[in-house]
Amino acid sequence: MEQTIFYILAAVAVMGTILAITEKHPVHAILYLVTSLFSIAVIFYLLMAPLVAAFEVILYAGAIMVLFLFVIMMLDLGHPERGLSPHRREWLPAMALAGVSIVCLAIVIISRHGAPAASAASALPIREVARHLFQDHGLAVELISLQLLFALVGALYLGRQGAPSPGLRPPSPPGGGAGDEESPS
Amino acid sequence: MIVPLEHILCLAGLLFFLGMGGLLAWRANLIMMLVCIEVMLNAVMLVFVGGSARWGSADGQLFAIFIMALTSAEVSLALAMVVYLHRRRKTVDTDRFSEMKG
Repeated sequence: MEQTIFYILAAVAVMGTILAITEKHPVHAILYLVTSLFSIAVIFYLLMAPLVAAFEVILYAGAIMVLFLFVIMMLDLGHPERGLSPHRREWLPAMALAGVSIVCLAIVIISRHGAPAASAASALPIREVARHLFQDHGLAVELISLQLLFALVGALYLGRQGAPSPGLRPPSPPGGGAGDEESPS
Repeated sequence: MIVPLEHILCLAGLLFFLGMGGLLAWRANLIMMLVCIEVMLNAVMLVFVGGSARWGSADGQLFAIFIMALTSAEVSLALAMVVYLHRRRKTVDTDRFSEMKG
């Protein structure tokens, strides 16, 4: 039963990804990708990783994809007729390269199919995962938190109104800052 | 382990190379390039979780969580950069950003 569900979800994920990367409208592409991410989250749950499945739904489908939608709608990019989508002849080399890679991967995996079968691993409780995370990988957690802080500072710096300059300028008086973003730096 | 590890690796490889092909085909649009990079990173997470289920170790799930945190940082910076570039040139066409001056 679970095997059937896995293969159905795998087909849904692959189809959603194909539709997402061939869709010309960016908003539709994001929505197809959210569908694919949901099915991958259920696959994570089937693979005994409920914590990763929950984070996949909350972070990927809930936060990152909404961030993409925000940027697309804020910058008004939902116009596929502006010529930024690839033509058919641009798909050919990309799909040829990806197809060669897929065939090579399939050959490698099938040729090693005779590996001994795994013993059925027991499910990992979340308590065990958390103990590993904070006892064995404490330094990695600190580095990730520092990286998130740097990303926050960098995004704030890049997203300021007006051109980023080395020195912090005093805030412009209200009403006069409308033309700031047009001025060359 | 409900399915053999090879099938999970096949699915992850298929998703990864679909993302790679999309990245090569959409090379004129910054937003869709970022979306295809998301697809590729997601396939890598699938490999980590599959290995974690195969060997019964928690490290694969932890690395999947690390990849998720890394991706959120990368996406926030990249989208801030897209907004900044769009404010300067009024487009997200990568061919317009081929010079590094100023």
